[in-house]
Amino acid sequence: MTDNVANIPVNLPPANTPSPAGQVISPRREIWLSMRANKGAMLGLIFICLLILCAVFADVIAPHGAIEQFRDRILQPPAWEEGGSWAFPLGTDDVGRCLLSRLIYGSRLSLTIGLIVVTLSLALGIGFGLVSGFFRGTPDIAIMRLMDIVLSMPSLLLSVVIVAILGPGLTNAMIAVAITYVPHYARLTRAAVMGELSKDYVTASRVSGAGTARLMFSVVLPNCLAPLIVQATLSFSTAILDAAALGFLGLGAQPPTPEWGTMLAGSLQFLQTAPWVVTYPGIAILVTVLAFNLMGDGLRDALDPKLKR
Amino acid sequence: MLRFLLTRVSLVIPTFLGIVFLAFMLIRLVPGDPIEVRVGERGIAPARHAQLLHDMGLDRPLYVQFFDYVGQVMHGDLGISLVTHNPVLSEFLTLFPATLELAFCAMLFAVVIGLPAGILAATKRGSTVDHVVMGVSLTGYSMPIFWWGLLLILTFSVDLGWTPVNGRLSADYYFDPVTGFMTIDSLLSEDDPMGAFLSSLSHLILPTIVLGTIPLAVIARMTRSSMLEVLGEDYIRTARAKGLSAFRVINIHALRNALIPVVTVIGLQVGTLMGGAILTENVFSWPGVGHWLVQSIYRRDYPALQGGILLIATIVIIVNLLVDLTYGLLNPRIRYKR
Repeated sequence: MTDNVANIPVNLPPANTPSPAGQVISPRREIWLSMRANKGAMLGLIFICLLILCAVFADVIAPHGAIEQFRDRILQPPAWEEGGSWAFPLGTDDVGRCLLSRLIYGSRLSLTIGLIVVTLSLALGIGFGLVSGFFRGTPDIAIMRLMDIVLSMPSLLLSVVIVAILGPGLTNAMIAVAITYVPHYARLTRAAVMGELSKDYVTASRVSGAGTARLMFSVVLPNCLAPLIVQATLSFSTAILDAAALGFLGLGAQPPTPEWGTMLAGSLQFLQTAPWVVTYPGIAILVTVLAFNLMGDGLRDALDPKLKR
Repeated sequence: MLRFLLTRVSLVIPTFLGIVFLAFMLIRLVPGDPIEVRVGERGIAPARHAQLLHDMGLDRPLYVQFFDYVGQVMHGDLGISLVTHNPVLSEFLTLFPATLELAFCAMLFAVVIGLPAGILAATKRGSTVDHVVMGVSLTGYSMPIFWWGLLLILTFSVDLGWTPVNGRLSADYYFDPVTGFMTIDSLLSEDDPMGAFLSSLSHLILPTIVLGTIPLAVIARMTRSSMLEVLGEDYIRTARAKGLSAFRVINIHALRNALIPVVTVIGLQVGTLMGGAILTENVFSWPGVGHWLVQSIYRRDYPALQGGILLIATIVIIVNLLVDLTYGLLNPRIRYKR
């Protein structure tokens, strides 16, 4: 689906590159153009924008509060089914809360989860990766062995274990999921750093007296960002998925938090009598994760065709 | 080759020790010490507490305790479950065949569908078939499998009544476990082996699909891209120019080389399967190790959890090592790369 964007120059070249037609296109615009040519990526992007709007304006959009109960409307079906009403478009759950409102408020949680998990793991991973790539030797071996250990555990199992230690809850679930992603970023950063370090511009800044910290953060790191950005977008989706999985197992966000996975866990017993309580939170998770994956794929092709699988 | 073998195997040892350390620390990181964990909410007198700590060797330096634990693990002693009072290892071994059976079927399902789908998408690149295969596999890759399981139960078990909702075997049949694999045990059973076999198969269908969904998506995507790469090579053009049939070019010449990375990916999916088993087994009340692990967390059965993660991680490490070695065997370029 993304084969039409294979010939885009990569790694944010310092100078503007002339396009075949002769005009000068900035690298940023080039990425945008190749993204725009990718229908899937645009679809994902549009959905994500809508979701962000939903999350920001949840108070305005949602017909009811996230934990507001309507005791006389317990397990009411969606509006288009018999017995439903447009006051509760997607129906209500087992304690009479509006499902649509909970899903809308839940988008806040899911986006926050994605953001926090990605930021946390990105920060740790970049830190480890930079140290590994710059100092080599003992720190490198120690860090990479540690990352291997983390990687040798199935990620869900590891996060389950971490939550078992820290105790169930949304914050701990986010920490747990973030830890499982650190090795990916650390390895990517290390590989990119090692590739960049041998280049002339790094030697030049070193010769002109740049210190290690300066070399790390302002000289080398900006040139290692492309694969990291792609990985970050893709792990945004897995973060939402994993946090929802923990919520489903009762180890993530606790009721009555309107987290999508937790909502599913709470409604299992109504699977037969009120399938809508189960269907819609799942669709919300699936579509959101799909949107981020579509965008991540598009971004990968736009930023770095070498990474294309 | 020997050098390659030894390097890879020696790399595994620190990782394994790290896992043992993690498992060792687990029980010391949870709030309260192992004694408090064991007595639970009943509480214990301080003198008795100190006595027990001393008896169990928990007042010794941490590193002494750690080496002690490594020794125990090497002897296959993974502790005693707080809930059932059975050795953790034997509990794990009783439940593991159920997980293995499910994981095997899921992998079979993923390979049997994912491989041809990927090949088809690659040979018909850019066509509707390609778009459909890639779209479906991306959806599968994004699937919250716990919800997928519920949806399948809702459709096929509740609405259509085709498949059972949970468990491994209908209550109409009973026989003593021989291998622990229900499909094999049912065939070995005395009365009505065919009925029991079909019952165990029908219980396997939905969990297999659920657990196999993500590996299926990964395999299809990997096969497609690997195939596309190989199809662009010169020797494929030569084979075509010789006048070989398209079928022969694709399935004999191209597939062989395209399969190398796919085999690796299949091996690496074992970790995903183990993680996915936790969710799948909980949705279908499948009596395997994933279900057992989550139950251990609920019951605060830390020795069980400790032993369980150690064993699962070890299995994953060993499988990954085997995959690595096979890869070296299949592809000499890896073997000689320093």
